[in-house]
Amino acid sequence: MNFEVNAIFQIAGIGIIIAMIHTVLKQMGKEDMAHWVTVIGFVVVLFMVVRLLDNLLQEIKTIFLFH
Amino acid sequence: MEIIQVVGLGLIATILILIVKEQKPMFAFLLAAATGVLIFMFLMGKIGTVVTELERMAKSAGVELIYLKTILKIIGIAYIAEFGAQVVRDAGQENIASKIELAGKMLIMVLAVPIIGIIIETVLKLLPS
Repeated sequence: MNFEVNAIFQIAGIGIIIAMIHTVLKQMGKEDMAHWVTVIGFVVVLFMVVRLLDNLLQEIKTIFLFH
Repeated sequence: MEIIQVVGLGLIATILILIVKEQKPMFAFLLAAATGVLIFMFLMGKIGTVVTELERMAKSAGVELIYLKTILKIIGIAYIAEFGAQVVRDAGQENIASKIELAGKMLIMVLAVPIIGIIIETVLKLLPS
């Protein structure tokens, strides 16, 4: 459990940092750049969540479905 | 006392979600989903022992494997559907959540039909003709 809790902090940290970068870039007047940063951060976090979800579903399968 | 770990994880995740939600609601949603996955994963590790014990008991009681398999599959479907529906409901999509629950119910019914058939056959055998 301890190992996986790191993922929560990672996701929250990425979110906060992305928000910060977004604000900074916006104030520098680079709107499109800020948008791309948000999208890329979102994709990275989505990837992490999907991997976690995959782990969970595999575990449920091995426990309940006799594989 | 693992409940303390779970509650602590939940509280920390809630605070983080509240912080992130102001800037980026999407990240807050993903964070909530990840927290749900972690807690579920923890629970699955625990319930695995229960399931293996059930298997052992069923084997020593001579229950046919097909019954146990079906029941475990039904439980698995119920857990997965519940989890998915809750995650989707978190995101505010009540419609899709209820559709997921509907799909879970339907699939459980499909799995249960053979057992219902066996029960009815057994009852009919017991009845004097």
